[in-house]
Amino acid sequence: MSVTTLSSPALALRQPSWLVRLFDYKPFLIVMCLAPAIGLLAVFLTYPLGLGIWLAFTDTTIGRRGVYVGLENFQYLLTDPLWWGAVFYSVFYTAVATFGKFALGFWLALLLNNHFPFKSLLRAIVLLPWIVPTVLSALAFWWIYDPQFSIISYLLVDVLHWRSANINFLGSPWPARFSLIAANIWRGIPFVAISLLAGLQTISPSLYEAAMLDGASAWQRFRYITFPMMMPILAIVMTFSIIFTFTDFQLVYAITRGGPVNSTHLLATLAFQRGIAGGELGEGAAIAVSMIPFLVFATLFSYFGLARRKWQQGEGND
Amino acid sequence: MRNDLTRRDALALGLSAAALAATGAAAQTTPSPIKAADVPAPKLPIEKGATLRMLRPVRFVQPDEDVFRANAKRFTDATGVEVKVDFVGWEDIAQQTAVTANSGAGPDIIIGFSDAPHIYVDKLIELTDVADYLGKRYGGWLPLAQKYGMKSKSESWIGLPFGATAGPLIYRKSILQSVGFDKVPEDHAGVVDLCRKLHKAGKPAGFALGNAKGDGNGFANWALWSHNASLLDEEGNVVINSKETIAALNWVKELYPTFIAGTPSWNDVSNNRAYSSQEISLTANGVSLYFSLKNDPATRAIAEDSEHQLLPKGNAKISPMAGLTLNAMVFKHSQYPNAAKAFLQYMLEKDQYEPWLNANSGYWAQPLAAYAEAKVWSEDPKVRIFKDTMNSTYYDGYKGPISSATGAVSADYVLVQMCAAVATGAATPEQAAAEAERRCKRYFRR
Repeated sequence: MSVTTLSSPALALRQPSWLVRLFDYKPFLIVMCLAPAIGLLAVFLTYPLGLGIWLAFTDTTIGRRGVYVGLENFQYLLTDPLWWGAVFYSVFYTAVATFGKFALGFWLALLLNNHFPFKSLLRAIVLLPWIVPTVLSALAFWWIYDPQFSIISYLLVDVLHWRSANINFLGSPWPARFSLIAANIWRGIPFVAISLLAGLQTISPSLYEAAMLDGASAWQRFRYITFPMMMPILAIVMTFSIIFTFTDFQLVYAITRGGPVNSTHLLATLAFQRGIAGGELGEGAAIAVSMIPFLVFATLFSYFGLARRKWQQGEGND
Repeated sequence: MRNDLTRRDALALGLSAAALAATGAAAQTTPSPIKAADVPAPKLPIEKGATLRMLRPVRFVQPDEDVFRANAKRFTDATGVEVKVDFVGWEDIAQQTAVTANSGAGPDIIIGFSDAPHIYVDKLIELTDVADYLGKRYGGWLPLAQKYGMKSKSESWIGLPFGATAGPLIYRKSILQSVGFDKVPEDHAGVVDLCRKLHKAGKPAGFALGNAKGDGNGFANWALWSHNASLLDEEGNVVINSKETIAALNWVKELYPTFIAGTPSWNDVSNNRAYSSQEISLTANGVSLYFSLKNDPATRAIAEDSEHQLLPKGNAKISPMAGLTLNAMVFKHSQYPNAAKAFLQYMLEKDQYEPWLNANSGYWAQPLAAYAEAKVWSEDPKVRIFKDTMNSTYYDGYKGPISSATGAVSADYVLVQMCAAVATGAATPEQAAAEAERRCKRYFRR
């Protein structure tokens, strides 16, 4: 009797239930563990992106289901001077603003890397333009650039009497373009500065000590130690910065809505204007999709252009 | 509608006994000046267990919402139909209408703006019986209401306009007088002359030439229509690239140097601010500017010195001014179409509509002729010109059929940008008109 009573649990141990065996089965486990993540990605990322790309090939409007029209939207865009204008300004805006952000941000990072009183507090304050919601800072800049009530005009005209008329920041194309770039640079500096500051602090002081013993000047130390050592992080930060700047929407939409006469439309604002305000969802989606090649190119450029040095991977120098 | 019909039958009996001008059974202390003809109401048997959901744009003034809700509650008391009214931001109502129409779910009734029923015409039920009844009862629908209410080239109603608001000129009387004008001249040369003198006097005119949905389109339309130019012909063909348009653009080019600096970057609030701070003496705006000046002690003097005037005619026969229109529609997916129609009819009846119109103090002007006698139009003489807002034969997309493309052209600022491009010298009138034609043709391609 006792033998038989013992033998059945022992048998069960050697022959686990189907559920246990299923969970011990590796492929099944992998599927189970990945399913939630893939599900989330599919629902919230792949589907909207796919839908956007699909819409670009239809003539859907708000209020009417569209039909597949192939490349018609893109063919129209190629003949549309407003799209070319937006492409030009998007590239110009990204190039000038990124250059400005990196020049000033790198400089700020170098300054913040020194020892001075209230170092942590100042570093926190520097982040402020980045922390403030963009729409709020955009509204502030909108007031600063107002043709009638600008504080800059007020200072120059009524307080200092340097000018007789208000500055017309946003009333003509080039001043409006540079005003927006200035606002974007102001907003983007902290991100660059803090990221680069983190990079600066990883550079071993012994490198500088060795260089100083060899008689290197401050410029040489920057040129031959700081700059090369910063290259990997510069590449990453620049990739992000270009993507953020190229796809910028809020600043332009809140300050100029693409005006005057469409001279400050970025691709993102033009896509919104056509797709949502104008109701041409298909065309708006096509404009948005037309940003993808630019973004891929910019990413590849900053990645391969700046980060391909083999010695960074320990493979000798290039 | 059983209960309501009984109520109205009783009312009609009472009315036939008393004079027509006498007030109805509703709780009104002073006699209403509104005349209502004795017309049989359409039979709208209310479905059993009906409830309604509706959306409408948010109020200008608090009494608008209060009276609207009170009216809806009276409908509930009279018929037993619960009505849930949601107030939606102006910027959101178009998108919510689109979702409602496309998904076939959601509110039964939406009060949208101007062209909305024309965009979703397949998704709506016809309101012809209610419209005919109301038109006969209250002296007829005004021209703008007919335009926005009826399907183009037909007699069937798809929308019931609730009111409209327009943007006439507002100017500083004393400043105009100081440069030798009593009012703004009705001809183009006169307007330019006045604006030059105002500019010289240091208190220039200012009209929005930026991406301003209301004010920018209002100015562009005025420039075009007063030169007898139009976006479309009666058949709906794009005729913007015409010699009339070129004439209008040349006039804009002549006028623009007299404006205050910066108008190409103006949005809808810019002219309000510039006028309130006394930087400009002449602009075009809705009545809200006047009320905000009047209600603020700091600026009341400006309001007292301000006058409204219909946009100068130029070569047009009447003042070329279109009103933004509240336009109610009932969706096919509604389970209770009769209840929805009965509700809209009830809200446009005198006992409900007149107090609501008065509560809006002039922000909205009536779509039905008889309501011109409402008390609100005799209160403030400076608001009186808004009374005839819906008497206009001009509308967004004049003079073609209203469609989603006409709305898109104004939402995409095509005509404003045409004017601004010429004004700022970015394009010649011929180039700008051709570019506008190209963009319009794209919107009207189907």
